[in-house]
Parts: sequence; structure tokens; C-alpha cells
Amino acid sequence: MDDLFIARSLFGTTMAFHIIFATIGVGLPLMILAAELTYQKTKDQDYVVMAKRWTKAFAVLLGVGIPTGTIAGVQLSLLWPGFMEVIGRVMPLPFQIEIYAFFIEALFMSIYVYAAERIAPWMRIASLILVAIGALSSAVLITNVHAFQGTPAGFRYENGQFTDINPWEAFFNPSFFVTAGHVALSAYVVGAFVVASVAAFKMRKHKTGTRVYQLHQKALKLTLILGCLFAFLTALNGHESAQYLHEYQPEKLAAAEGLFETQSHAPLAIGGVTDKETKEIKGAIEIPWALSFLAGNSFDTVVVGLNDFPEEEWPPLFIHTLFNGMVGIGSILIVIPLLVWAWRKLLKKDHYPKPLLWILVCTGPLAVLAIEFGWIFACTGRQPWVIYRILKTAESATTATNLSTLFILFIAVYIILAIAVVLVLLYFFRKNTELDDIERAEKKNVPLYSSNT
Amino acid sequence: MADALIAITVLWGFVFIYAVMATMDFGAGFWSMVYINREKTRATNIANRYLSPTWEVTNTFIVALVVAVYSLFPTAAYNLGTILLIPGSIILLLLALRSAFLVFSNIATEYKKPLTYISGIAGIIIPGLLISVLPITHGKFVDYGDGFANLNLARLFSSPNVYAFIGFAICSTLFLSSLLLADYSKTAGEMDAYRVYLRDGRLLGPISLIFAFLIMLTLRSEAAWLYERMMDDLPLLLISVAFFLIIGIGLYAPSFFQKGVMGMPRLSVIAATLQYLVASYVYGKAHLPYIIYPNVTIESAFTDPNSFRAVFITYIVGFAILFPGFIYFWSLFMHDKKYLRQKG
Repeated sequence: MDDLFIARSLFGTTMAFHIIFATIGVGLPLMILAAELTYQKTKDQDYVVMAKRWTKAFAVLLGVGIPTGTIAGVQLSLLWPGFMEVIGRVMPLPFQIEIYAFFIEALFMSIYVYAAERIAPWMRIASLILVAIGALSSAVLITNVHAFQGTPAGFRYENGQFTDINPWEAFFNPSFFVTAGHVALSAYVVGAFVVASVAAFKMRKHKTGTRVYQLHQKALKLTLILGCLFAFLTALNGHESAQYLHEYQPEKLAAAEGLFETQSHAPLAIGGVTDKETKEIKGAIEIPWALSFLAGNSFDTVVVGLNDFPEEEWPPLFIHTLFNGMVGIGSILIVIPLLVWAWRKLLKKDHYPKPLLWILVCTGPLAVLAIEFGWIFACTGRQPWVIYRILKTAESATTATNLSTLFILFIAVYIILAIAVVLVLLYFFRKNTELDDIERAEKKNVPLYSSNT
Repeated sequence: MADALIAITVLWGFVFIYAVMATMDFGAGFWSMVYINREKTRATNIANRYLSPTWEVTNTFIVALVVAVYSLFPTAAYNLGTILLIPGSIILLLLALRSAFLVFSNIATEYKKPLTYISGIAGIIIPGLLISVLPITHGKFVDYGDGFANLNLARLFSSPNVYAFIGFAICSTLFLSSLLLADYSKTAGEMDAYRVYLRDGRLLGPISLIFAFLIMLTLRSEAAWLYERMMDDLPLLLISVAFFLIIGIGLYAPSFFQKGVMGMPRLSVIAATLQYLVASYVYGKAHLPYIIYPNVTIESAFTDPNSFRAVFITYIVGFAILFPGFIYFWSLFMHDKKYLRQKG
């Protein structure tokens, strides 16, 4: 394996691992906030119990999310010094501002967890809102760097020199809002469905109508509503993202759709495998004219195909499958909550059958999978560029060799962390059952948030 | 003042803040491991009470530091990134284990001991590795073969100067954190824990100072340019040593404020912070204008002026917004007797 490939694999592994915790870390605070606010409205103690339990899970996940985020941030400089040199010069603001968002999240997370019983309720809610804002801003700002990589702006690049640098113009690069919006909304989808998964899993294990079952049923309802809403918004935004690709990175859209010939009335290919040799897509379901319409809101829109680009600038063609996977899962996640709603409200069924619960259990992992597909699609789809049409990935990589030992070490540590985090979560929630927390919530003067027996 | 000088001052400020906070943090983690079997003194308990809410905030400073390097001195970031691949990666791996297991140890109480051992040991190695970045920037360990900078690990680990730095980092970590925890436990009214940390402070102070002298001694032969420039500020170095004596007063003299209590740990903590501030100022000043001797200077590595201005404004606005948050945080966890004196 060549060094570039190992460097990319190492950084890709870091991101793939970190993104799970980062995404849940953005999504979960909003769920906790929703539970806290629902409690304020309904005065139903169950929502406090939910908020407490999700907060504990959040704190544990942060234990991995924060250090892996630190790794990702520092590894950028270690593995891609050429890239970070350019970013430092032209696009320093997102990282810089993200630090403040980080601080807000760290300060108020500690306050929310460790001072929960000492501060006024409104202050607790305010702390939680600040945690959610901090988490959201970090995601938006980091994604901004990714947006800049696709649609660089705010400088002139001549003879290898960056001149006329305007860092705010770089900050507000064309795809900032649409890309950051996509990441933010999809993080809420993940947050909602991960909780829904757990709730459905627990409902499976408890008898219908028991105290614990009711608790999880309320959690499921809350998160399915939010999940459906955000999945729908993500889809709307995703449509806009695709139109941005059409405008700014046409070869990425062409590879995502497996389109070789430039054409109007272009078909939308779903599924199938893109074949580089024959320059066609095999086994796909083609919807005539649809791609043109999606790309430009009109069937006459000319969509540029891969043939118009030199082959060495083609993104890897497997991104078609990743793109389909992401869109497919996103669509399923809109439909599932609607089915549950139809089952409950239209068919007036008051129980959740086992198969339905199993489907709901799958939604969380599916949402995470969609995030992984989306990020891999977005980042490998930009190749061979690290900054589109400015800097190639190969030129920005470290000159150090023999990265494979490091690669193995990092993988080993990620495996250790992954196993440990799962065991710790299982351990904690087995020791602190739902009933324990319900009891604590009902008794006054018994600490709930700082409880840990 | 030239922009580059302002920028390096900001960076130095971050290094200093992180150094102090990280020493307290990693040290507290280590003490919490050392005293885990002596439940009666509650020394572990005190360390955890400090550590639980603060580690995230401390960790954010290291990210702030790295971001400051690449946004203020992108060329230095390029060179440092290339040179520090191996030590940097090892630090990151240890940091990941340390932070994660610190959190885990507070959640999975039955497995507290093994989990605390992992985070405590990983944590105490980190300052030693972090500080090795300083001697690396002195330039002697970097080869510039075939156009690329390369860190010569064999030479790095056969240098007495590097070991002096590492020893100093680990001792200082334990020293400063024991001072802080002495103060913390005194405020909390945990007198048994207080006596433990006071004793540790008395023991580690002189050892840290010896390592500081060893650094200077070995620096003389390994980076004479730096040694000579530092000695130009001999009066300041002597002031730094004077602060060390004040730390001693804080540890040995009976308290002015409370009858029958030995030691004024608050005085020691403040004096220690000032001592390190003065010493690191002298070191930093002597290091200028080089970021990595002799090829990378603050001028040659400096970012675009427009970017600097934008970044600088965000510093001012950002920290103005954050400042009340820090104060609130401090009042809840460092100052609130209800938090400090809680049982359990």
C-alpha cells in the first residue's frame, strides 16, 4: 500500500469512528431539551427521567467523542500539513470560532450535569440550551471547512500563491449554508432515531402497559415525531445540496448518479453498479428525465456527464452506491414514523406488534449508517482534490513514510474504546434501572442527576 | 507591536494556560489513582471532585492551542505537523485512552480501580511527551534530508536535555496539582486529604526545581543560543526562584488566617503560577524569533494579514462572550462550598 492510501485510510478511520459520537453528540442534546421542555409543559415526571438517562448516555459518549474529536483536529495537521497550511492561511475562522462553541458546550455540559441540583430550573434549561447550541455550532463550523473544500472562495490563486485573501468571504463560501444545514438536520435525525431504537428495544422486553413500558412508549413517540420531522427537512435540504453539486461540482453529481453522457432529460439511476470500462450503469432502475428535473427543476436542464471530464479527475465510481444508500435510508426514515402513525391512529391499534418494534430498533443503526455513507460519499466524491480544483490530496499529505504502524495503533485504540463504551453504557443502565430513576424522580430531595449507584 | 509578535504572544498565552490547566488535570488524575486504596483520607475523592467537571474544559484548551498554531502560523503548523507525526500521534492515543477511561471510571463504579489505573498512568505520561515538543523546536533533532523535514527519534531519545525536560514536566505536574488539591481539600474542609497533598507538595517542590536546573545545565551544551539568551534575563529567572521560596513559605509556615493550621496552600498555588509564568516568559522570549530553530521564524511562518485581523477579532469577541461563562463555572466548581463539601 502506498503512503497516501494509508494516510487517507487512517484519517478516514478516525473520522468514521468520531462521526458516530459527534453526530449523536449533536442530536442527543436536542432530544434531552425536548424531554425537559415536555416536562415543563406536562409536568409528567417520566420526561425528567428520560432527560436524566439520556444525559448520562450523552456524558459517556462525550468521553469518546471529545478525545476522538481532538484526534481528528490534530491529525489534520499531522497527516495533511499541506492542507492545513492553506486552511490556516485562508480559512482559519471556522476552526477558530468552533473553539468558542466547544468551550460553551464543555462549560455548560459540566454545569448541567454536575451542578444540576444546585442551580435554578430555568438555569438548568438555559445550560442545556447552551450545550445544544454549542454542539450544533461546532458541527456547523466544522462542516463549513468541508463546504469550503468543495466550493473554495475568498482568495485568488496564482502561480501557487494565495493572494487577495478575504477570510470572511471564505467563511461564507457558496455551499456553507446548504452543506452545514444538511449535517445539522441529519444529526437530529440520528439523535432522534438512536433514542427511538433504544426505546423500541426496551418496549420489546417489558409487558405492554407496565410502568417501564409506558416510559419508553412516551420516549418513542417523542423521538419518532422529531425524527420524522427532521428526516423530512433533511430530504428537502438534500435536494438543494444535489442542485449545488450540479452547479459547483458537476463531476461529483455525475459520479453519484452514474451519468456518463452529458444530456438534457437525463434519467435518474437508482441502484446498480457503475462500470468504468463500458461507461454505463448496470442493473439500475432508471426514471426517465428525473435527474434533469432534480438538478435544475426542469426536464430541459443539461446535466454534465463524466465523459466531459478527464478520467484522472473522476471521483471513484462506487460513490453511486453510497449516494443511493444515504438517500434510500433517509427516505425509509421518513416513511417508518408515518407507518407507525397510520397503525396507531388510522387503524386504531393500541399495541405495537413485535415485528414493528424490531423495525423501529433498526432505525437508529440505519440512521448512523446513512451518516457514514453520506460522509464517505461527500469526501471521496471530492477526490482527487482536497480543495476542489486548487489542491490535490496527494500534494497535501505528509512526507513521512511508514504510517502503517500508526494506522494499526489507532485502529487498536478505537476498537478498545468502542468495546469499552458499549460495556460501560450497558453496565450503567443495568445498575440504574428505569424504576430506580422513576423512584428518585418522585421523591423530593433525592438527587437524580448526580445519582450513580 | 508587529502583528507577528502579537500573534506569538497569544500563542504563548495559550501554551501557558494549557500548561497550568493540564498539569492540574493530569496530576489530579494521577493522585486519584495513587490514593485509591486509602479511602479514609478521601484524597481520591477530592481529586475526582476537581477533575470531573473540569477535564472537558481543559481538553478544549489543547484544541484551542493547535488551532491557534495553524491559524496564526500556518507554515509552522506545516513543519510541526510533519515533524511531530510520531510523538503527536502517541500523545493523541494516550489522550484518548486517558479521557475515555476517566469518564468510564466515574460511571462504572464497580470497575473504578482498573479504569482509574488506565487513565492515571496514561495521563502522567502525556505531560512528558507534550513537553518534548519544546526541545524538538530547538532544532537539533530535525534532519532536512531530501528536502523534507524529519524527526530523528534516536537522537531525540539520547539527549540528556530531553530527559531533563521530561522529568521536569512530570514532577511539575505532580507538584502543581498537589498544591492545587491541597488548597481544594482545605477549602472543602477535608483535613486528612489536605495533609496528604501538603506533604506531596513539600516533597515534589525541590525535585521540580532540581529538574529545572538540570534543564538549564543541559541546555547550555545542547542549545547554547537559547541558554545564552535566557541568561540575559537572569534577574527574571531569579525572581522566578524567589517565587519558589514563597511557595515554600505557603507550605511550611503556619497560616496567618487560621489559627492552628499549617500552611497557606492558596498562597503556594498563586506563587507557583507566577513562578511558571515568569520562567515561561523568559524561555519564550529567548526562543524568539524562532518557532523551530533555525528555519522557521515568527515572521516567515506568519499567516496572511487579513486572516490575522479576522482571527484576532474573533479572539476578542469570543473570549468576551465566554468570560462570564468561565466565571460562572469557576464559582460553581471551585468556589461553591456546597459543591466542595458534599459527601460521597
